[in-house]
Amino acid sequence: MEESIDWVLVKEIISCVFILVGVGFMLIASIGLLRFPDFYIRMSAITKGSTLGVGLIMMGMAIYFNQPGVLLKVLAIIVFTSITAPVAAHVIGRTAVQNRIPFWEKTNLEEFKAYLVKAHLEQLVSHDKYLEEKAKMEKEMGDAAGDNV
Amino acid sequence: MKLLLLHIVLAAMVVYVYFQYPDPQVPYTALSTTLLFMVLFLLLWLSSYFYRRSYFRKVPKLVYFILFFLKELLIANLRIAYDIMTPNYRLQPTVMAFPLKAQTDLEISILANIIGLTPGTISLDVSEDRKTLYVHTLYLKHGDVEQLKLHIKNGFERMILELTA
Repeated sequence: MEESIDWVLVKEIISCVFILVGVGFMLIASIGLLRFPDFYIRMSAITKGSTLGVGLIMMGMAIYFNQPGVLLKVLAIIVFTSITAPVAAHVIGRTAVQNRIPFWEKTNLEEFKAYLVKAHLEQLVSHDKYLEEKAKMEKEMGDAAGDNV
Repeated sequence: MKLLLLHIVLAAMVVYVYFQYPDPQVPYTALSTTLLFMVLFLLLWLSSYFYRRSYFRKVPKLVYFILFFLKELLIANLRIAYDIMTPNYRLQPTVMAFPLKAQTDLEISILANIIGLTPGTISLDVSEDRKTLYVHTLYLKHGDVEQLKLHIKNGFERMILELTA
């Protein structure tokens, strides 16, 4: 019975599953990049999605080739991406705060206000850009609710 | 930490040398190489019981830490994926000030790095006196900031402090 199992096929199926799941995560993260309402949430989604996606695709590759040399390189790639991706996200996020990129209007900034006041970035709290866009949209819709804004 | 690196390099070199000989007993594939490496590393780790206890205790903690981290990474992705694929947002974005217990550069950077990869959180900045880390989070259970702070404090921060101590 055991001789009848085609191990090459099993290996290929496993690596296929890994690669497809990885690609799926990356695709979903890119959709999130288009869909989410503000810069910070978008970045949050894309960092995690791409790290896990690259990791899974690389693991699938290592399983497919099944060679020690390839495994070593794959592990190095995974380690370095998961070290560098959050660093890049942190630096981009910090720069965005200092360049006064507005937060989404529903963001709770209570604990962040002290920092903003200290760094003279107060106007960030007012979410001007998104409120204006929302008011414009509501006016176009012809709703009475637009008056409240 | 140096001992860990030394053990890894040593085990890898022994595996490499073993495969240089003709007719090795195990097939030359990724799986068998990994198993051989793990057996060698386990032997080296067990030997450290006699000359450095702290290292002997830290390695299981490191393994647990890596597994915990992978679990959190997977949960983060599934949660965000669910939110992206369904029409309504369940997001409650918050910027919270996380009080840091970690003080050295290494600990703070590891913690900030790991926060960048766990459920919907991104570290935005460290205050100048190095006492607070500003973290942008997407999901709060019942809008409770303290609970999330406690989760990070008892999860990642405690483990990092134990490992680097």
